[in-house]
Amino acid sequence: MIGVGKIKQYSNVLDKPLSRGKQEVSLSAFAFLFSELVQYNQTQVDNIAELERRLEDAGYAVGARVLELLCHRDKGNRRETRLLGILSFVHSTVWKVLFGKVADSLEKGTEHEDEYMISEKELLVNRFISIPKDMGTFNCGAFVAGIVRGVLDGAGFPAVVTAHFVPMEGQQRPRTTILIKFAEEVLRREARFS
Amino acid sequence: MGSTACFIIVSRNDIPIYEAELGSALKKEESAHQHQFILHAALDVVQDLAWTTSALFLKAVDRFNDLVVSVYVTAGHTRLMLLHDSRNDDGIRSFFQEVHELYIKILLNPLYLPGSRITSSHFNTKVRALARKYL
Repeated sequence: MIGVGKIKQYSNVLDKPLSRGKQEVSLSAFAFLFSELVQYNQTQVDNIAELERRLEDAGYAVGARVLELLCHRDKGNRRETRLLGILSFVHSTVWKVLFGKVADSLEKGTEHEDEYMISEKELLVNRFISIPKDMGTFNCGAFVAGIVRGVLDGAGFPAVVTAHFVPMEGQQRPRTTILIKFAEEVLRREARFS
Repeated sequence: MGSTACFIIVSRNDIPIYEAELGSALKKEESAHQHQFILHAALDVVQDLAWTTSALFLKAVDRFNDLVVSVYVTAGHTRLMLLHDSRNDDGIRSFFQEVHELYIKILLNPLYLPGSRITSSHFNTKVRALARKYL
């Protein structure tokens, strides 16, 4: 086996120390795994909305765990209690750990008070994916939207999170925007605090 | 005469996912119910208090006779609550931090559904060992 040397053998995962998180995963390995995930879910559903929901649920499980782990490991044990705090946590820390860079931009929606957008020129998960015309507005970034929803939900900021393609002039591939719409109670609580 | 201590982990949806009587005092059957009742009653106070601070350790949030409830809230709003009669703040803080690490390891298991009961006997053993060490 590669790399087995004098590694200490632990009898139970609870005894192993939490890793410091400097490991990187090969992009191609992840791309193959993600493509299998999408293909497997495609065989299980009849329509696009259901497929998007399944990818989102898969991401939700990741988000819930990422929140706890990153708070403990990277944030020096502090919780986020304010809206802007948790948004910048998602935009910088979560993105940096998951995709190797901070998200391209974080904007507040102009039409509605409760909408925020995280934009990315090209989502890592969509790098090797092109959507056929007959699938309409389907976006595999629904997986990332699920991750964001998992993080926000876990921290106590329930929201509806969706991924959209936004065509840009002068560029072949459209930009991806993760749209976050917070629930009523979040805005009420924020108003109470500020 | 030892110390009484009752420890529960309550998930985000207010469902207890782990319970343990950790005190070194003699087991008294009726006080176990009372301990659980006191801890559940303190949940309301914790809910309000959790949103006022970004710290994880909330120290003592509620009192009952000579018993004190101390709470530690994780980032995912899972509450680690300890009912005890001692005043050992530092020991309690270290206990909470170690249990928090154990909880994260359990949570990272993809086969563990967040919010469900923690059934691992190894986890139980480790929590009791930590209690003997810090409390």
